[in-house]
Amino acid sequence: MRVPVIETESLARSFGPVRAVDGLTFQVREGEVFGLLGPNGAGKTTTVRLLNGVLRPSGGRARVLGLDPAQDGCRLRQQTGVLTETPSLYERLTARENLALFGALYAIPEPDLSRRVARMLEEFGLADRADDRVGEFSKGMKQRLALARALLHEPPLLFLDEPTAGLDPEASRQVTEMIARLSRREGRTVLLCTHHLSEAQRLCDRVAVMDRGRLLALGTLEELSRSLGTGLQVGIGLQAPLPDTAVAALRRLSSIGDIRYTSLQLQVSVADEEAVPAVVETLVREGARILSVVPRQPSLEEVYFTIRRVAQDASCATEAIP
Amino acid sequence: MNGRTLRTIAVKDLKEVLQNRAAWIPALVVPLIFIIVLPLGIILAPSLMQSMSPLTAPTGPVGMMRERIPALAAELAGLDERQTWVVLMTGYFFAPFILIFPLMFSTIVASESFAGERERKTIEALLYTPASDGELFLGKALAAFVPAVVLTWVSFLVYGVVVNGAGWSVMGRFWFPPASWWPLMLWVAPAVAALGVAATVLISARVRTFMEAYQTSASLVLLVLALVAGQITGVLYLSPAIALAVGLALWLIDGVLIGLGVRTFRREALLVK
Repeated sequence: MRVPVIETESLARSFGPVRAVDGLTFQVREGEVFGLLGPNGAGKTTTVRLLNGVLRPSGGRARVLGLDPAQDGCRLRQQTGVLTETPSLYERLTARENLALFGALYAIPEPDLSRRVARMLEEFGLADRADDRVGEFSKGMKQRLALARALLHEPPLLFLDEPTAGLDPEASRQVTEMIARLSRREGRTVLLCTHHLSEAQRLCDRVAVMDRGRLLALGTLEELSRSLGTGLQVGIGLQAPLPDTAVAALRRLSSIGDIRYTSLQLQVSVADEEAVPAVVETLVREGARILSVVPRQPSLEEVYFTIRRVAQDASCATEAIP
Repeated sequence: MNGRTLRTIAVKDLKEVLQNRAAWIPALVVPLIFIIVLPLGIILAPSLMQSMSPLTAPTGPVGMMRERIPALAAELAGLDERQTWVVLMTGYFFAPFILIFPLMFSTIVASESFAGERERKTIEALLYTPASDGELFLGKALAAFVPAVVLTWVSFLVYGVVVNGAGWSVMGRFWFPPASWWPLMLWVAPAVAALGVAATVLISARVRTFMEAYQTSASLVLLVLALVAGQITGVLYLSPAIALAVGLALWLIDGVLIGLGVRTFRREALLVK
């Protein structure tokens, strides 16, 4: 069992009547990439601020790297690196000056500082523009520089808030690859806030889905899809239209979820792969002419929208109760 | 308080201001006019005039100042008309004007580093560093205060060279600065610089842009103009004793405003606004 790097219990923060974070309880384990997903206003950025002691909670508690962010903010921030939603770089200063400034604030010893700055600039492909003003950089370059700044003091815990927002596909891919490398090769713990679901699916070990400050679901993709009953999606290619009785026969199987049938394609949700042979057997028995059977995990996007739909249905049901 | 953190924040803010020409060019032009162009004009004007009478007559500027500020009588005793003109105008009339410099320098840098940083959305990365709220505040305040005082003293030095140099043919000796300038420069000017910083911090918390902060805090210049008016009319002649008292009052106001500024400059308050 890996050690929890972040632990929150009923963490809450209100701004006037608005509950930006509302009773958040979760753990992030050492070395994992943990995704905080949700639409704008879900409370992701506020959570990052609370976990770094930049904001104080209105309720609940948090421990990050064994410290209480509200009490030990300065000590904690010495060990965290944060990529903010906007790069927050000093555009009138050069890339080298930006890194040197933050290196000094993170108390990197003077003799090491210039060497470490040069290494980061090299590593993030900015060495040839090191002495140019950041205002002249492209968005992708700024984002790489901001990421280099977050890593300069070699923090064990990284918070990345929308790291690919506003980037073109190429720059976005570069940043995503860097994050993957940081986690897989260097073993850093990463808390990634994003609403890019494909990016989260590629990078995250576990995700938490938030909406209006609340945690809607938490787990690995497999755990989430299993708990939602979205399980495994089985795509079945047919040579001829299905006999009328086939779909009804499938519905009688116990492990079957959604069934969608369009022309010669059948899409069946099953709990897990154990259920696939029974599906095929039933269809064959009913006279279906099967060309292909492709089981696949649902995408994070499918799971995410199912979670949101379930939450909205539950919310409507609650509101309907007089 | 970590000295390296304070220095880093202060140097960063100064570098940023130096890169913003729109901010510092006016701050350089105004002092140049006050410490070189105007004193030269005042000192050289009598040599272009056929008679000093329009200036020194009881109804002229020299006569009126002499009449309204009896305390000057001893210091002006034994001076001829041209010497009286030079000493009165460059030594007394101009004294409170120099207080515009610490105010101007400090409000420019403070507006840039407090409101400007929020306007450019660079403050958030700074708030995620280990620097404490106190270090962030003090680093930024020092970036505005120290250069304002140093530049004022440099201006004072240049003004002294110009007045003594250009006035040599009239005075025949180094006469500047009169005793009243020392408390003004060493006690009142730093208090005015601190006032500029403290007021700008408070104003910056309520406005969105560097320009709004700068323009609003620049209205403090009215305070200096009140001192100028006081000096000219003789209502508040800045003798050494009066200068010490004015400085003390300003430092007390600074203390209150800085206390309020520290309270507004909390991480949380900066993000929530």
